[in-house]
Amino acid sequence: MSVHTPHPDLPPPSTSVGIIGWARKNLFSSPLNSILTLGALYLVVRFLPPVINWAILDANWAGSTRDACTDGGACWVFVKVRLTQFMFGFYPPDQYWRVILAFGLLGVLIAWLLIEKTPKKSWVAAFTILVYPIIAFVLFYGGLGLPVVETNKWGGLMLTLILATIGMFFALPFGIILALGRRSSMPIPRALSVVFIELWRGVPLITVLFMSSVMLPLFMPEDLRIDKLVRALVGISLFQSAYMAEVIRGGLQALPKGQSEAADALGLSYWQAMFLVILPQALKTVIPGIVNTFIELFKDTTLVLIIGLMDLLSIVQSAFADPKWLGFSVEGYVFAGLVYWIFCFSMSRYSQHLERKLHTGHKR
Amino acid sequence: MTQAMTQPATAEQDLAIEVKGMHKWYGDFHVLKDINLNVKRRERIIICGPSGCGKSTLIRCLNRLEVHQRGEIWIDGIELNDDLKHIEKIRRDIGMVFQQFNLFPHLTVMENCCLAPIWVLKKPRREAEETAMHYLERVKIPDQADKYPGQLSGGQQQRVAIARSLCMNPNIMLFDEPTSALDPEMIKEVLDVMVDLANEGMTMLCVTHEMGFAKTVADRVIFMDSGEIIEENDPESFFSNPQSDRTKLFLSQIL
Amino acid sequence: MGALFFFALFDLHMATVEHPQKTAWWNNAHNRALLFQVLLAIGVSLFFAFIANNTIHNLQQRGISTGFAFLKQKAGFGIIQHLIPYTENDTYGRTFIVGLLNTILVSALGIICATILGFIIGVARLSSNWLVSKLAGIYIETFRNLPLLLQIFFWYFAVLQALPSPRNSLHIGEKFFLNIRGVYLPSPIFQQGFGWVAGAFILAILATIILKRWAGKRQEETGEQFPVFWTATGLILLLPMVAYFATGRPLSWEYPVLKGFNFQGGITIIPELAALLIALSVYTASLIAEIVRSGILSVSHGQTEAAAALGLRPGKILRLVIIPQAMRVIIPQMTSQYLNLVKNSSLATAIGYPDLVSVFAGTTLNQTGQAIEVIAMTMAVYLTISLTISFFMNWYNARSQLRER
Repeated sequence: MSVHTPHPDLPPPSTSVGIIGWARKNLFSSPLNSILTLGALYLVVRFLPPVINWAILDANWAGSTRDACTDGGACWVFVKVRLTQFMFGFYPPDQYWRVILAFGLLGVLIAWLLIEKTPKKSWVAAFTILVYPIIAFVLFYGGLGLPVVETNKWGGLMLTLILATIGMFFALPFGIILALGRRSSMPIPRALSVVFIELWRGVPLITVLFMSSVMLPLFMPEDLRIDKLVRALVGISLFQSAYMAEVIRGGLQALPKGQSEAADALGLSYWQAMFLVILPQALKTVIPGIVNTFIELFKDTTLVLIIGLMDLLSIVQSAFADPKWLGFSVEGYVFAGLVYWIFCFSMSRYSQHLERKLHTGHKR
Repeated sequence: MTQAMTQPATAEQDLAIEVKGMHKWYGDFHVLKDINLNVKRRERIIICGPSGCGKSTLIRCLNRLEVHQRGEIWIDGIELNDDLKHIEKIRRDIGMVFQQFNLFPHLTVMENCCLAPIWVLKKPRREAEETAMHYLERVKIPDQADKYPGQLSGGQQQRVAIARSLCMNPNIMLFDEPTSALDPEMIKEVLDVMVDLANEGMTMLCVTHEMGFAKTVADRVIFMDSGEIIEENDPESFFSNPQSDRTKLFLSQIL
Repeated sequence: MGALFFFALFDLHMATVEHPQKTAWWNNAHNRALLFQVLLAIGVSLFFAFIANNTIHNLQQRGISTGFAFLKQKAGFGIIQHLIPYTENDTYGRTFIVGLLNTILVSALGIICATILGFIIGVARLSSNWLVSKLAGIYIETFRNLPLLLQIFFWYFAVLQALPSPRNSLHIGEKFFLNIRGVYLPSPIFQQGFGWVAGAFILAILATIILKRWAGKRQEETGEQFPVFWTATGLILLLPMVAYFATGRPLSWEYPVLKGFNFQGGITIIPELAALLIALSVYTASLIAEIVRSGILSVSHGQTEAAAALGLRPGKILRLVIIPQAMRVIIPQMTSQYLNLVKNSSLATAIGYPDLVSVFAGTTLNQTGQAIEVIAMTMAVYLTISLTISFFMNWYNARSQLRER
C-alpha cells in the first residue's frame, strides 16, 4: 500500500451553493415546493407594496390638523398631534419629567440587574425593591414638595407600564409564597395555596377585574374609599400571582432532589436552604418563564379599558371619538399595536435568548 | 463514469457495495473527498478515524440519510440516486444501528421490531411477531418484548435496535458507533451480538473505536481522516504495520 | 395572605432532632408545624369574617337584598343574538342561559378555526420552503405579540365598521353578502326526502368504521394493506351524493334578500360575533402554530432517521413515528390554549357580543345590583369548565406518559 497523498479541498458543485443552489434547496426542491413558493411570492407582491405605500410612501407626516392629510395614505398627523396624550394620558405637561425620570431610573436599575458582570448586584436589587417604589410613588403621585397628580390623570403608555410593573412587583413574592405553600408538607397551607392558584387560573381576567372593581368596595369598611387604579391593581396582582406561582413551582420541581438533600446534610434550616440554595437556582431557571408571564400581563393590561381606566389602548380608542379626527382608527390601532408589539417582541426575544443560554446542549 | 451506467450484473455480482469517486459537501465544507470503496458480500469492514473525519457521514450516505453530490454509489447492483424506488429498495436491503439507539419510545420492544415488517414488507402481524421473537431471542432479550424502550438499559436498547434491523432481513448492516453511548459493562453484551452476526456471514460496515472487536472480526480496516480514506488493510497489518503517519498517530492515541 | 410568608419557618420536618434529650415544646418540629397551621387557619378565618361582616353591613346600607330570587324576575332588556327563544319578558335566569350558550358558540367555533389555522401555520413554519416558513414566522410573531383586545377592536371598528352599508354590500354571486350589519349566508332548507341523504351519510360513516376494522384485521392476518383513507373519503362523498340525486335533490337554499334597509332571510352572523371569532382564531392560531412546531421538533431527528433507515416512507414516518410522539407534547399545551380561548371569549363584552360576561355579569349585574351572586355564578361557570378539563388532562397525561425506568 502506497503512502497517501492528501486530497485538496475542492469547491462544491455550483448547483449546491450560491444563490442558485440556495434557491434550488430552499424554494424549488420539489414541484409542490415550487408551487408554494410562487403562491407565497404572489401574496407578497400583491399585498406588500400597497401596505408600504399606505404606511410610508403616500402617508402624511406634516401638519397639525386633519386638513393636512391630503395624500391617499395613512394620516400619521393624527398620531403626532395626540402623541403626548397617548404616552402620558392627562398628566400635566409641565410634570412629564417626573414620569420620564421614574421610568428612566427603573430602566437603569433593571439593566444593571440583567446585564452580566455589573458590580454590587445585591445592593442594586435591594435598592430596587425597597427604595425605588417610594421614589416612584413620590414622582408619579406627588408629595415632598412635588404637586399631587391624581391617578385619574394618569393614562396612556405610562399607565400601561405602571399596571404591568406594579402587578409584577406584587406577583413575584406572592407567587414564591404560593409555590412554596403548594409544595409544603403541611395540609392547611397546601390546601389554601391550591385553592387560591386554581381559582384565579380558572377564571378570565375580566371577571377578576369586575370583581375587584365592583366587589372590593363591598368587602371593605364602608368609609374606606378605594382608588379605581388600586382596585384594578388588586385584581391584576391576585391574578398574576397565581400564574407566577405555577411558573416558580415548575422551577422548584425541576431542581434535582439532591440539592435540598445536600442543604439538609450541611445542617441548613429550611429557611436558609430555601434562600441560599433552592430559590436562587430555581428562580434562575424560570427567568424565561417569568418574562413570558410578564409579556402576557403586559398584553392583559389592555383589559382595564373595560373597567374604565385610560391605558394606552383605551386612550387611543377614545381619541377616535374626537369629532375633529373621525375616521383614523386604522392609524391609531397600527400605532398602538406597534408600541405593544415592540415591547412584547423584544421581551420574548430576550426570554428565548435566556432559554438558549440555559440549555446550551442542543439536540439533533 | 459512463460505463458505470450499464453496470454488468454478472461481473460484479459478489460486490455488495460499490462507491466510485464520491464527494460530499456541507455548504462550502468538503466533508467527503473522492471516496472509492468496494465491499464484497459477507465482508466485514471496520471504519475508524478521529472524530469529524467523515466516517459517520460516509456510512450515512450509503442508505441516503445524507445525499452525496458527486460520484456514484451502487448497492447490490442498484444505483443510489434521486429515484425514490431505488432508495426504498436499498433501505430495505440495508439495516442500520445508531449510536443513540433511536428506538421508538412510544412503542413496545415488540412493536418496534414489527413496525417496518408490517408496513414496509407487508407481513401479517403473526408472522412479523414470530420473526421479531426469533431475533429477540438471538440478541438474548425475548423476555423484554412487552416493555417500552425507556424501561431498558442502554445495552438492552442497543440489542433491541439490532434485532429491529434484523427483522427486515437485510443483506447489509451498517453500525454507526454502536457502543459509544454505552457504559463500559454494557459494551460487551452488544459486541457479543455483533460478533455472532459477523460469524454468521452478514455483510457489515462498522464505524467504531473498539479495536479489540476490529481485530477479532474484521476482514478489512479502513482509516479515514479529514474526509478521505487514508489507508485500508487487513487488521493484522493495519495494527502491526501502519503505513501513514496519521494512522500511526491515531493508533498511538487510542491503543 | 401575609401570614403565609412565615409558614416555611416552621416547616422543619426534614431536620428532626436526633437525640432523645428533652426539647422545649416549641422546638419540636411537629408542634411548630401544628402551631403555625392553627395560627394560619385562625388568620384566614378572621380575614374572611372581616370581609363577610363588611359586606353584610354595606349591603344593608345600600338596601340590596341577597339571594338568588332575582333570577326569577323579568329581565326587560333585549339580546341581539340568542340561540334559544328569548324576549324582553323572559327572566334574568334565562339571560344567564342565553349568555352561556353564546359563549359556548363562539368558543366552539373559535376552537375549530384556530386549530385548523394553527396546524396549517405550524406546519408551514416547519416547511423546507424558505419563503413559506418565513411568512408563517411573520404571522406568528405579529399576532402573538399584540394584545387580543387590540385585535378584537381592530377587526370590529377598523375592518367591519368600515364595510359598506347594506345597499352597497360586498357579495359573492348575490348569495353571500358582507356589510356593516354583518355577514349574510344562504340557509339550507331541508325538504322531504332529505332524510335519505342524511341516512346515506350515516351509512357511509358506518361503512367506514366497518371498513377500517376489516382492513386492520386483514392486515394483521395477511399483511395486505388497504387504502382506507381514500376509500372512506370516496364513500362519504359519494353515498350522500347518490342519495341526493336519487331523491330528486331535496335541498334548497334560502338566500338573504335586501328588504328596505336590511337583509331578510338566510343566516346572519352579527359583526360582533364575526370580529370576535376572527380575532380569537387568528390570535390563538399563532399560539397553536408554535405549539405544533415545537411539538414536532421535540421528536428528535434520530427518530426520523431510524424510521427512514428501516425503509418507511415519509408519509408513514409521519403517521407512525412522529405524530404519535409529538401529540403527547402537543395535546396538553393545546388544551390549555383551548381553555384560554374560552376565557378570552369574555373579551366579547368590550364590543358588545352578548356572551356570558357581557349579558349576565354586565347588563344583568347593572340592573339588579346583585354583584356577589352574579360574579360568583359567572366565575363558577368558567371554573367548572377549567377544572373539568384540567382533571381530564391530568388523567390523559398520566396515561400517555412514556414509561421510563
